[in-house]
Amino acid sequence: MQSGLKKKLLVAAVSLGFAMAAPVAGMAADTIKLGVAGAQSGDLASYGLPTVKAAELVVAMYNAKGGINGKMIELLIEDDVCKPEVATNTATKLVTDGVHVVLGHICSGATKAALPIYKEAGVVVMSPSATNPDLTQSGDYPNFFRTIASDDAQAQTEVDFAINVIGAKKIAVIHDKGDYGKGLAEFAKKFIQESGKAEVVLFEGVTPGAVDYTAIVQKIKRKGADAVIFGGYHPEASKIVSMMKKKRLKITFISDDGVKDDTFIKVAGKNAEGVYASGPNDNSANPLSTAAIDAHKKEYNEDPGAFFENAYSAALALLNAIEKAGSTDMADIVKALQTETVATPVGNIHFDTRGDAVGVGFAMYVVKDGAYVEVK
Amino acid sequence: MDYFIELLFAGLTRGSIYALIALGYTMVYGIIGLINFAHGEIYMIGAFTSFIVATVLSIYGFPLLAIVIIAAVAAAVWSSAYGFTVEKLAYRPLRKAPRLAPLISAIGMSIFLQNYVLLAQTSDFLPFPELIPEFAFMEPVAHIVGSSDMVILVTTAIVMIALTCLIKFTKIGKAMRATAQDKTMAVLVGVNVDRVISATFIIGSALAAIGGLLIASHIGQINFYIGFLAGIKAFTAAVLGGIGSIPGAVLGSLVLGLTESFATGYISSDYEDVFAFSLLVLILIFKPSGLLGKTETKKV
Amino acid sequence: MFPVKELKRSALTSLWFAFLTFPIMVVKVDPIERVVSWRWDNMFFIAFGSFVFSILAKVFIIQKERRASKKKQKTISEPLVQRIVREPRFLYPLALACFIFGISFPFLFSTYQTNIMTTALMYVVLGLGLNIVVGVAGLLDLGYVAFYAVGAYSYALLNYNFDMGFWTVLPIGGLLAALLGIILGFPVLRLRGDYLAIVTLGFGEIIRLVLENWNDFSQGPSGIANIPRPSFFGMDMTFAGGITYIYYIILVLVVLTIFVVNRLQNSRLGRAWLALREDEIACEAMGIDKTKTKLIAFSLGAFWAGFVGVIFAAKTTFVNPASFTFLESAIILSIVVLGGMGSIIGVVIGALILILLPEYLRALSEYRMLAFGAILVVMMVFKPGGIISNVRRNYKFKGLSVVEGKNNE
Repeated sequence: MQSGLKKKLLVAAVSLGFAMAAPVAGMAADTIKLGVAGAQSGDLASYGLPTVKAAELVVAMYNAKGGINGKMIELLIEDDVCKPEVATNTATKLVTDGVHVVLGHICSGATKAALPIYKEAGVVVMSPSATNPDLTQSGDYPNFFRTIASDDAQAQTEVDFAINVIGAKKIAVIHDKGDYGKGLAEFAKKFIQESGKAEVVLFEGVTPGAVDYTAIVQKIKRKGADAVIFGGYHPEASKIVSMMKKKRLKITFISDDGVKDDTFIKVAGKNAEGVYASGPNDNSANPLSTAAIDAHKKEYNEDPGAFFENAYSAALALLNAIEKAGSTDMADIVKALQTETVATPVGNIHFDTRGDAVGVGFAMYVVKDGAYVEVK
Repeated sequence: MDYFIELLFAGLTRGSIYALIALGYTMVYGIIGLINFAHGEIYMIGAFTSFIVATVLSIYGFPLLAIVIIAAVAAAVWSSAYGFTVEKLAYRPLRKAPRLAPLISAIGMSIFLQNYVLLAQTSDFLPFPELIPEFAFMEPVAHIVGSSDMVILVTTAIVMIALTCLIKFTKIGKAMRATAQDKTMAVLVGVNVDRVISATFIIGSALAAIGGLLIASHIGQINFYIGFLAGIKAFTAAVLGGIGSIPGAVLGSLVLGLTESFATGYISSDYEDVFAFSLLVLILIFKPSGLLGKTETKKV
Repeated sequence: MFPVKELKRSALTSLWFAFLTFPIMVVKVDPIERVVSWRWDNMFFIAFGSFVFSILAKVFIIQKERRASKKKQKTISEPLVQRIVREPRFLYPLALACFIFGISFPFLFSTYQTNIMTTALMYVVLGLGLNIVVGVAGLLDLGYVAFYAVGAYSYALLNYNFDMGFWTVLPIGGLLAALLGIILGFPVLRLRGDYLAIVTLGFGEIIRLVLENWNDFSQGPSGIANIPRPSFFGMDMTFAGGITYIYYIILVLVVLTIFVVNRLQNSRLGRAWLALREDEIACEAMGIDKTKTKLIAFSLGAFWAGFVGVIFAAKTTFVNPASFTFLESAIILSIVVLGGMGSIIGVVIGALILILLPEYLRALSEYRMLAFGAILVVMMVFKPGGIISNVRRNYKFKGLSVVEGKNNE
């Protein structure tokens, strides 16, 4: 009886040891490891999964050509659920697995939490979607790059457009309480007040995922706003827009890159007509962009999701930098990113010393007949 | 005054939405004392089923009325099937287990169902077909209360009355009340408790499915995550009204909806949830069993 | 051997699941392109899979019953682990082995493994803290994460505004959380059972929303970055060194917590909590101050959460309100219940499983959370009392042949 107990204990201890040790064994193959980190499950999965697909497509393309300098590219895909605390684990895992460059993370908060770990390990990180200005402007993260414009640049574009083109005098600034949306909205509020040409009549956040936005729409109406600037993502935007239509409120709705997404038009349908959104320059004339989208349609049988083009471009830029630098050393890659211009779906880009992409122009778009059209 | 009325209707609509989900919570709680965290997911599955059915039918060119009816029936049938299965798999084996075991099982079920729909369908937001058309006669008041608001308000009222009648006057209703009061005693007087509990889950799930169809049509979009927040809010509403009580669930939902709406309108939507939860705390401090809940006196 | 009736049942089950999953699994519509794809192969997989599963489950149940009927004659045996704990002969070497393993962990495994282990140990402490509230005192708290947030933000904010160090804030964070526990506890503790649950859930949400909306105070949703890691006598450490250091801090905290909680459980106060959990009225009749006893449980639980919160902020070097959602509370609660309410070893094992599982399930990539949910349900169904159900210490009168003490919950 007692020896049986001991035996059981021994078995338990041994199997525990094996379970712990098993995942440690890494691969020593000579490949270039491209990490992809972002939300791949949970409520923000729809922003992270397109990036994974973009990376898969780019890597497949490179590997079909025989890799970079004779080395094949290996993808390490890790989920961070857009949570800072998980992101640090994700980053540690990627670093431990010997990642060379990372495409990600998706959310600014998770990116901020993960960056010090990459910095320590000398890994270059490029995000397709983290727009928080601090990431590049604080100077804390020399290893960080992005293929999307920062919040303040975008907010400036939106505010200029609202005041100078639309001629709005009373603007309601609404956000989704998230780090992206609220950050952007705060910049918009600041720029409007600084311009002195219009006033902010309302500055409020809505709860994402709430079942109904009637009350806030009635409040916008009550405040007599002639334009709404919304900071946030497309699900909330489409809910607000349809609710405005239902409550017969006809004022200009201006939003950001999180809304300049074809999913917005699909979901909001007719109600999307006439909505303005800022976004990267029109790429539909860019053959690389159409090629990327076609490849996605062919491979996955559906249209690409949010930040797909930014992610595709980021993957191209990273791999191109490794190719041009001929090494996976951080300093070399950083140098190549700053000097070598690369043709991507979002344009011909290189990066400034802070890490923001140069050549990703910003433009305002309007939904017309079910598609985003650039406002000239 | 206009503004007040606008906010009033905004609050009533929101409250009615909560009520459709809260009824299922309160029924299940009333009968087996379980916070059924997976109920929000059942609502989501109802919405998804109606989305799939309605879209398929509209592709094959069915008329709107037929689409609405078939989608509603299908959503109710499948949601009930899910509710029934979830109860059988995850809760029934735990009926004699410690009080918190079914709760964790419910949380697990909720995570499972969310990810099941995510994997089987998509992570994207999808446009929900407009099943409630804009009625011409509503046009003069559309800026205050639209067609879909109207339909939701009326449906909630009908559902509540029908449910109250079901529980008051029918045999199964009587059996439900008996089971809720004392399970052992109910068995002794010949009530098939298992069947009554199954029936409760089926009815609650069907209501959630109808709710799912109406709400998704009202907000025009759907995704696998919509059940979570709606579920928590509906649960709050059910507790506010006195969990286990049918009119309580509706009253609690309306109070919650109105609070959120007026808080947004007159104060700030930044803190609408803070007001909602503060109200809950205040009411529970002064009436510890909710607005319409029975005060339990525990005898030694 | 395997009855035909059961086969027929399994066939019916598989038919039922095929029907159940039909709309979600088989039909996929694209509302824009207006095309429907019918994925009939999925239906086949579901039908086949559920058939096999139901047979396996049946076999399992039959065997369990057979074993149970064989065992009937014997007395009810204590769970294995409980027996080990009871025997000092096993307990001390085992504890020593665990301790040595814990100490040598960072040397045996990679930085990533150490990092994950640190997270898991943090949840061990959180679980033990919540265990005081839920497991021992029987107060269902769904907003435990609020106290965790208070701890994390106290370090972030005190460091940001007043440049206070990790070691100074560590006790302050714990005390602030405990204070909040008392403030919140006063009005809500007279509520019973599930009403208490929803109110605490509400409080948890309120704290998070305030952090999210009150920009001047907490920098809102964009959070506070660049929080320094703890310093080791003023020395700066490498990244890997820092992780190892935090690992040891949390390891010490785990040992301390286990010690304190263990002493508490067998103290006068611990007995009072247990009694309160079983029957409030009888308890009051015995002269126990209900409110005071509950408040102590509530604030002690909060104290641990605040402690871990400070470490959390130091570990991730970044805090924002998104880390403190209701799901976090649910996971901590799952740890307590899954491990076995009131049992210290149970909670430790529960935390290790629940936190390490999703990490090692990463191999399943997108099926990870699906598996996690399923495992929660299956564990509860087959072991509703938790992995290690707590057995109350009972005293036997050896003189007569009395029936052995019953398992209690």
